[in-house]
Amino acid sequence: MKTLLDTYKAIVLHEVTLWFKVGKTSDFSENGGSCIKYQDKQIAVFNFKRENKWYACQNLCPHKMEMVLSRGMIGDASGIPKVACPMHKKTFSLENGENLNGDLEAIATYPVKIEDGFVFVGFES
Amino acid sequence: MKTIIIVGNGMVGYKFCEKFIAQTKNDAYNIIVFGEEPRPAYDRVHLSEFFENQDAKALELAPPNWYSDNNIELISNERITDIHRSSKKITTLSDKQYNYDYLVLATGSSPFVPPIKGVEKEGVFVYRTIEDLEDMLSYAKKIKQKNPNARAAVLGGGLLGLEAGKAVMDMGLEPHVVEFAPKLMPRQLDSRSSQVLQLKLESIGINIHLSKATNQILGNGSITGMEFGEDDVLDVEMLVISAGIRPRDELAKTCDLEMGARGGIVVNNKMQTSDPDIFAIGEVALYNQMIYGLVAPGYDMAGIAVAQIIGNEEMLMPEGIDMSTKLKLIGVDVASFGEPFMPASNGHSILFEDKTKSLYKRINISLDGKKLLGGILVGDASDYNMLHQIYLNGMAIPENPEELILGSRGEEGSSFGSAMDLPDTAQICSCESVSKGAICNPILDESSSNIGDVVKCTKAGTGCGGCKPMVTELVNASLKSLGKEVKDTICEHFDYSRQELFGVIKVKELRSFNEVLDQYGKGHGCETCKPLLGSIFASLYNDTPNKEEVIQDTNDKFLANIQRNGTYSVVPRIPGGEITPEKLIVIGEVGKKYKLYTKITGGQRIDLFGAHLNDLPAIWKELIDAGFESGHAYGKSLRTVKSCVGSTWCRYGMDESVSFAIELEDRYKGLRSPHKLKGGVSGCIRECAEARGKDFGVIAVEGGWNLYVAGNGGATPKHALLLVEQVDNETCIKYLDRFLMYYIRTAAPLQRTAAWLDKLEGGIDQLKKIVVEDSLSLATDLENEMQSLVNAYECEWKQIIENEESQKRFKHYVNSEETDDNIVFVPMRDQNMPKHWNF
Ligand code: SRM
Ligand SMILES: Cc1cc2nc3c(=O)[nH]c(=O)nc-3n(C[C@H](O)[C@H](O)[C@H](O)COP(=O)(O)OP(=O)(O)OC[C@H]3O[C@@H](n4cnc5c(N)ncnc54)[C@H](O)[C@@H]3O)c2cc1C
Ligand code: SF4
Ligand code: FES
Repeated sequence: MKTLLDTYKAIVLHEVTLWFKVGKTSDFSENGGSCIKYQDKQIAVFNFKRENKWYACQNLCPHKMEMVLSRGMIGDASGIPKVACPMHKKTFSLENGENLNGDLEAIATYPVKIEDGFVFVGFES
Repeated sequence: MKTIIIVGNGMVGYKFCEKFIAQTKNDAYNIIVFGEEPRPAYDRVHLSEFFENQDAKALELAPPNWYSDNNIELISNERITDIHRSSKKITTLSDKQYNYDYLVLATGSSPFVPPIKGVEKEGVFVYRTIEDLEDMLSYAKKIKQKNPNARAAVLGGGLLGLEAGKAVMDMGLEPHVVEFAPKLMPRQLDSRSSQVLQLKLESIGINIHLSKATNQILGNGSITGMEFGEDDVLDVEMLVISAGIRPRDELAKTCDLEMGARGGIVVNNKMQTSDPDIFAIGEVALYNQMIYGLVAPGYDMAGIAVAQIIGNEEMLMPEGIDMSTKLKLIGVDVASFGEPFMPASNGHSILFEDKTKSLYKRINISLDGKKLLGGILVGDASDYNMLHQIYLNGMAIPENPEELILGSRGEEGSSFGSAMDLPDTAQICSCESVSKGAICNPILDESSSNIGDVVKCTKAGTGCGGCKPMVTELVNASLKSLGKEVKDTICEHFDYSRQELFGVIKVKELRSFNEVLDQYGKGHGCETCKPLLGSIFASLYNDTPNKEEVIQDTNDKFLANIQRNGTYSVVPRIPGGEITPEKLIVIGEVGKKYKLYTKITGGQRIDLFGAHLNDLPAIWKELIDAGFESGHAYGKSLRTVKSCVGSTWCRYGMDESVSFAIELEDRYKGLRSPHKLKGGVSGCIRECAEARGKDFGVIAVEGGWNLYVAGNGGATPKHALLLVEQVDNETCIKYLDRFLMYYIRTAAPLQRTAAWLDKLEGGIDQLKKIVVEDSLSLATDLENEMQSLVNAYECEWKQIIENEESQKRFKHYVNSEETDDNIVFVPMRDQNMPKHWNF
């Protein structure tokens, strides 16, 4: 199972060498999550409409290794934007992937940009 | 500068350090701690939690830098092999020597492995360290790959053995507990309570084998079974030995310290061994000819040793040591306190047993009837904390002591009084020795304002956690005594209770999450307030979850229950449990086509498990075309109204219970509420529909229906209470409308009707006044509200299949038509099930 986790490595903006186009902004529900596929990766994309921000992270929850984070609810904990896993409500910061209500390993987060009404997620090629 | 060397960095060795630095500036002392294990001290009591997350860090008692920050030198992964008393030196395994002025032995114990032929085989484990658990996990994984139905046994049916039994069960192995004695937990339970416990454990899937002496472990290299007698063999592929502990007193032998005949290092009430400069504490110490295998006495010993070393000589270990315990298995309540058995010459016992409910309670009372001496609770240990306190503090007990376990017969009020009646010195948290005063005073002198602060500064409730409810009660009662309101606010985003928000939203006619958040909350919401508001909108306007799907819990968002592997279950409504053969065939066809695991539920309907997210709309289209509707199995809403066949067929039936159940289920289907709602209708008092185990239950009697409310099965079963008698269908529905609507308006989030009625001031009598006599003049409102909800009902799955746009939600990927390839099924009895979680 370890290998599945290893597929995901956090990328910060300046490391991005490839912006992958994942769809129109209107394909993504407001203040909710959706899942996209890039090569062998499942990535959860969140349209945090209340702040006009977009976030992306691995779809894999490190708790029980289920591909479900995109189906979780988003919100904030003391101002930190977060997603709650739909299975057992572990919460993760959308900014740096940190597990906010436990000691699970941080999840990988990815940069998102919006251009001409399209959503792009940043990867290292 | 004096040097204190502590041998053993386990729970008690760690507590010694913690208490030491709390007592004195340790620049006068040089402290060195040796631990044989590779990591710093961790919480062994909660070792089993490691199976859940394999997070060793979460169990750490303090981070590694805590030791250096407090001038303590920690040397892990190093065993002490010798003590040289004459030169006051110790030697380590790597042959280094250290001088000491004081030596503290906190070497704990090791699991006792009986000398059974074959115990050395592969697949036999003990249960003591994180490494043991890691080994068990990887072995379990291996044997499960070969055989998904592999079995594992635990040798020993004591406190720890049962915990190990649950652990192997959670690893996906078929658990068997083998005990030599004729009863479980022989040290804590009498035979009747042990029988009740056995039934309970068997009901959750743990197999119990009593009076079994193991002759040998079978297998060629690795274990394949256990042999008890000639033809008495249990096939198992793994064994966990939990047959007691043996103190790790080997160091005492190297230097001739006085030891007990059956092991353990003898100490006096200062925790000194036969050498006054050497102390022994924890599970290695033999005090009053006893080894204490619990952490609380070990912590007390650590405190005594600290006091003695720093010269506080009047602090002595008390004579009597409290060995009360509570089992930590979720869903299995077992506790024993004080003197659980007690010969009849010392007092008399009061017993209560109800095998049908797996309930057993026993209390032992002094001969003069004034004091509680001990007791046993199985099946419901909710009164453990209070009884334990009454015992510990020698508090007066009621004139009719049976009230302590049966509740008082009189009108109202509990026979205990409240936790506030305890003396200030009463020890509430025995793991961390925190008294009632220490918990209440910071609130009363206003240096703390909430439970979080109190826990932070006292550490109360951070050990075994058993005292948490009492700590909460004390903090809330102290706040209340200052006239401060103890408010059940929802979360950090809303400073309101559910009932308050319900009122605000209703009056202001707010309809969306953002509207409410912007006007009455702060921040961006979270997984607590979002579904709560969703539920309120539904209860006020009967909006289905499709209206604002992003604020719904995952089950409501996808109108299906998420399963262990990320697939979903499908439960069509089958009102009253009545179904035509044609419809049964449709369910069968759908199950076959989409390869769904099919099961009859406990609620008289059929559940189809393992549906891929992207198949849900197609599955529901086929079901709806055949006349089915959503069964709301995913919602906090009406589930089923269970029925018995009633007078339609049954020779005892007094009325048409199926017809009435269908009428009620159709009326309340889709109704959103603070928690799920279940109903039942029985055709006579034989009660085959178990109506009194439901939130509302109707039973046909001579002259009409009896209506019972606020019952449930589940974790804390409660029988529903009689609201009205002998009413006709119409009147029954009228009162039900009022009852349900009043509950929906006023309950706390996720509070079922029984818990809600429990908290309603005045209880069932008050409810009767409100619902039947209309004492609050609410009846018309409540009825109208319910009627408008009933009129607004729409099947939310029908909404989805009629609206293509909304089906986008059910695609696994936005940018691909593929399905999730991470989902793995394994075969099970001609059907499919998800792969086990094995981490
Ligand atoms: C399928 C079923 C078990 C079965 O195979 O028979 C079941 C399955 C679940 N039950 Fe149940 N319960 C089922 C009948 C029951 C019953 C029996 C009954 O209804 O007569 C009870 C005891 C009666 C009662 O509720 O008072 C029951 C008491 C619970 C509880 C404990 C509630 C409590 O108040 O203590 C939970 C947990 C909760 O709701 O918070 C629960 C929760 C669950 C959940 C929803 C847990 C979850 O979130 O995944 C399970 C999901 C089902 C699914 O995915 O479809 N289930 N559950 C039964 C579905 C009945 C139905 O047709 O809808
Ligand atoms: C699974 C499990 C569940 C439990 N549940 C409960 C419970 O619910 N309630 C309760 O009260 N108690 C419970 N206990 C018991 C509790 O954990 C023990 O009472 C407690 O850990 C005893 O502390 P200790 O420091 O004496 O021993 P330990 O915690 O065992 O620490 C002793 C340490 O000394 C080390 N050591 C030994 N010899 C040497 C040496 N020569 N040199 C260097 N280091 C050495 C050992 O490696 C060990 O790390 C449970 C125990 C287990 C295993
Ligand atoms: S409850 Fe009464 S009517 Fe219903 S099946 Fe049982 S005996 Fe028959
Ligand atoms: S799988 Fe995500 S919280 Fe458990």
